[in-house]
Order: sequence, then structure tokens, then C-alpha cells
Amino acid sequence: MFGLSKKDTTFLLIVCFLTLATPILLQPFPEGSAGATFNAGYPDLMQRFAIFGIFAIGFNILFGLTGYLSFGHAAFLGVGSYSVVWMYKLLDYNVIPGLLLAIVTSAIFALAIGYVSLRRTGIYFSILTLAFAQMSFNLAYSVLTPLTNGETGLQVYTDDPQILMGENSPTSPHLFGLVMRDSVQIDIGGWLFTFNIGYYFCAVIAILAFYLSLRIFRSPFGMMLRAIKTNQTRLNYTGLNSRPYTLAAFVISGMYAGLAGGLMAAMDPLAGAERMQWTASGEVVLMTILGGAGTLMGPILGAGFIKYFENIFSKINDNMLHQWFGWMPDGMEDALIFISHFFVGKSWHLTLGLLFMLVVIFLPGGLVEGGQRIARWVRGRRKKGSGDDPEHHPKPAPHVAE
Amino acid sequence: MGILEVKGVNKRFGGLQALGDVNLSVQERSVHAIIGPNGAGKSTLLNCLVGKLIPDTGSVMFDGNSVLGRKPHEINQMGISRVFQTPEIFADLSVMENVLIPCFAKRDGSFRLHAFETVANEGELNDEAEKMLADVSMLEKRHMLASSLSRGDKRRLEMAMCLVQRPKLLLLDEPTAGMARADTNNTIDLLKEINDRRDITMCIIEHDMHVVFSLAQRITVLAQGTPLVEDTPDNIKGHPKVREAYLGEAH
Repeated sequence: MFGLSKKDTTFLLIVCFLTLATPILLQPFPEGSAGATFNAGYPDLMQRFAIFGIFAIGFNILFGLTGYLSFGHAAFLGVGSYSVVWMYKLLDYNVIPGLLLAIVTSAIFALAIGYVSLRRTGIYFSILTLAFAQMSFNLAYSVLTPLTNGETGLQVYTDDPQILMGENSPTSPHLFGLVMRDSVQIDIGGWLFTFNIGYYFCAVIAILAFYLSLRIFRSPFGMMLRAIKTNQTRLNYTGLNSRPYTLAAFVISGMYAGLAGGLMAAMDPLAGAERMQWTASGEVVLMTILGGAGTLMGPILGAGFIKYFENIFSKINDNMLHQWFGWMPDGMEDALIFISHFFVGKSWHLTLGLLFMLVVIFLPGGLVEGGQRIARWVRGRRKKGSGDDPEHHPKPAPHVAE
Repeated sequence: MGILEVKGVNKRFGGLQALGDVNLSVQERSVHAIIGPNGAGKSTLLNCLVGKLIPDTGSVMFDGNSVLGRKPHEINQMGISRVFQTPEIFADLSVMENVLIPCFAKRDGSFRLHAFETVANEGELNDEAEKMLADVSMLEKRHMLASSLSRGDKRRLEMAMCLVQRPKLLLLDEPTAGMARADTNNTIDLLKEINDRRDITMCIIEHDMHVVFSLAQRITVLAQGTPLVEDTPDNIKGHPKVREAYLGEAH
């Protein structure tokens, strides 16, 4: 189906199911219970899962397949956001023209930046992309103020033209009348499920993005990209020109980033320069490596993981810790709270850092490799000596430095 | 007129004259060996043929076209394939994919954005690659990761990757270096068979005289960047100049 093998079709259907059922799956604890803090099924966070999932899937096409580590992909994120907000200002709040423009402008940016940066490989390529991203950030922050509204960030004002705006048009982002921030809430025996239009819009696009990356992974083009990562010398002596291949991968991943940035502005009609900062570029690198660079599911897992930590662990405060550890003897309780204090709330980055270190050291293939090892262990216990199919699991990148 | 004509090629690295006025003519369908002591300029000459180095002066004509100034991938598309001294293969890809990539390169040229096709659906190319792997008796290893192959298998894989493109000229840089005698003999048989059955011209750089004399129809002896003699194996064997180059005047 869809030009995929049977195995991949099943894989795609599972991903579809997980994505569409997210509002239910991420609400395992009833409202008001002690575990409710860990529920992640609210629209804002779910939208971020989908958007950063798209960002990471795209980044993985460049970094995971070709091994070229870009440190400047946040630039495309920002370009996408600005494009969408400009379309709001000029036309109306419909997200479609903005998203299309976001993809086109980020592709043009990626073509220009990639054309120059791809003349170098390895660390020099990374530094060049970083330099371009910082240049874009500074342009957006101060130089191009008429276009980007500088520090304040770009937003829609009442005196903007909005030429397509009618009497009854919604006054927030919408898809032909379906307002993004609208939700349906269903309360089933203490469990509260929120089905948000914005999330489902992002989810459908994320599934399409995943399908596209699946096709690229299985295509001759994807095979060439993996060949570039292993041995560029052999590729050149085999009659293939690696430059257009890497440039195409760079532009495709830039378009994914532009789309993700556009979706951010489609959920919340704002665009600011901070989206282009180098920390945002670094984040997508972390996501891809944490999940497993070069694997299909890895980047999505990594994006979900980091966004979950950022939003859930950072919410935990001392009061909650007191509640959880209240049953312990006093001295022990205080000691435990003192230690956990460093890992939750504002210090959630420490937990993430430790986790990242553990994954890089013990699971160089990321969370996906962890999953595969567990699956192999379980299978090995059931039936001895079942071989893994190397064709369907492109060998994951061994290390960030390679 | 040979398929490969090298005329008056000079290459200098700083103060070192790596190649001095090299002339070479490789006849179509022949096996031409280039021998010479260490540092004679054999590898430099090979690098000038595949576009890795550009000679300071002189001309290199292949099949009537100049290869000078062309990139390695363009030269390969003209019909020259190269086997390296240490096998250059796609280590993180499966054996099958290693052979499929040259098939795609042969069919689609140096770049094509075939992002919406599926490798598995290219029946013709898959058959071709499998047939090639069967010819070098590696078919049962097609799903293995290339990095997990033995050294000898890596060499055979690289050979298969070059042969599947049906090149007009195959350049081999010490194809038996570091091999055991039995493996060396297998390689000789394989190369003989390639030359006879596939009509592929071969230019081979080799240290092992056993290999050279079993395969070559013409031999060029290089010493200090200059060709000493070019002749048939029988005439080379007893040639005083060759002895001198290998052993030095003192002996």
C-alpha cells in the first residue's frame, strides 16, 4: 500500500494510530490524582510534540542519512514562522497560504546557505551553518526590523491590510473556518480528554511528513545519502556526484524545518527572533541523537522525550516532592527532596543532560537501539537465534562525532 | 591507437619529480601491468588517470577524449573504474546495496533526485546486482553488512562493484596486496576470466611478479617517475635495465 512494503505499511499504520490517539494515550492518570502531573495530553504540549517531531524528522534526513551535522536549522524555523505571520498580516488568518510560503521561503534560504556551506565537510560545515544561523538571528533581531519587528516579535495589528478578511472570518489562525485553538473536551469517569483542532492539524501534517521520510529512506536517493555518510571517495569513483545529493538533502530538511516553524505560528500567531537562536538549533541535534540518528522513529521519540521533560519535569516543585515522599521518615524525606531538587523544576536540564550522557555512552544508536535491544532480548528468550533483517534497519550512527 | 593514451605526463610535488615524461599506451582488451620499485610513481600515475591529481604537463586521452581536468565521477561515467589498494566499499551498507549503487550510477548518471522510487521495486537492477554477486560467489552474503566481511570478501565485493558497471577500462591498484598465495591465485583466475569473458581492458599496478607474469600481455617498468622499458613479459624477465632498477647498480 502507498508504494510501501507490507512491513513498512504496518509500521506507518502504527505511527498513524499512535499519533491520532495521542490525546487519549497521554492522559493515563485521572484528573486530580497524584499522577496527573505526568499527564501530557493538553493541546499546547501535544502540538509541540507534533511540530518538533516534524522538525526532527526533517533534520534526520540531513544528519541521520548523510552525516552532515548542521548547527543552523533554527534559521529555517524562524523563516517559516515569519512567513506565516506575514500572510496573516496581508491576507487573513487562514494558515494554508502562510504554510505554503513558509516551505518556499525556507527552501530558498536552504538552497543559498547549503550551496555555500556544503563546500566543506565535518566540523567546518557545522561551523558555517552555525554562522549563517547566527547571522539570520541578528538580521531578524535588529537589522531587518521593518520585516521582523525586531525584539518585540512579529504579530498582527488591527491596522494591517488583511485583504481577504471578511465580516465573519475568525480572528485567530484557522483552516477554512476550523479554528486552531478550538477543542472538544470529553470527561469519562474522572479522565479528561482534550481533542484539539490545532493538534489534529499538526498531527495529519506530521504523518504526511513521516510518510515522506519513509519513502526517502527506501528510495535510491536515500541509499545514495547513506552511501555519502559511509564513503564519499567510493561514491565519487562510482560515478556519482555527491554535491547535488547533499544539497538536495539539505534543502529538503530545510523545508521540513520551515514547515515546522510555520506550524508554530499557525498555532500561536507570533514570530520572534529567539526561534532562530543557536540553542534552538542545538535542541534538534539533541533530539535526533537522543532518539537515534539515521533511524525512522528515533527523531520523533527524541523530540517527544525532550519536550515532555521540558514541560513536565520543569513543573514539579518542592510541594509536590513533599507530597510524594511524605510517607517516609522525616530525615530521609528531607534528604531525598534535597537530592531530587537538583533534577526537577528549573533544574530539569540536569536530568536531560544526564540522560543524554547515558544514551550516548551506553546506547550510541539512541532510544531506538534501546528498544531494539529489549525486543531482541525478549525474542531471544522466546526463540533462540532469530536473525535481524539488516535491510529494514539501516545501521544507526555509532556516534555524534562520526 | 590504444584505448588509453598517456603522452608526456609530468608531475612535480615541490622539489620531487614524481612523474617525468611518462608515455603509456594501453591496447583495447589487453591486460597492461605497470611495475616498478617503491616510489617509482605508479600510484601517482594512476591518480592522474582517475582525476585525483592533475598532471603539470602532458595529455591523457581515454577512448578519444581527454580526461584532464575532469572530476572522478565524470571520469567514471566515461567508463573507467578503479579498484583501490585497500578496498573502498560502503561499509555501513549491505553487500547488496553496495552493488546496487554502481548499477544506479550506470543507469541514471551522476545525479538524479529519485526520492519517490523504491529500491526494492527496481527489478531489473536488483537482478543485475544479484547476478554479479553470484558471479563472484557472494550471493548468499547479500544481506550482510559490508563492514562484517572478511578482507578477501571486501576485495571481491569492490571488484563486483566495479564490474557491474561494465567499464571499458578497469584500473587495479595492487589487487593482491597482503593476500595469502591461495587467495592470490583465486584473484588471478577471476581477473583472467574478467578479461576473457567480459572484454574489459585492465591496467594493473602490482608488486607480486607471479601475478604480473600470469596476467599481463604488456608490461611497463617505471623507475624514479620515468618509464624504463615497455615490452612483453618474456622480454621483461631477463632485461638488464629492469634488474638494475630493482636491485640497484651496485649488485
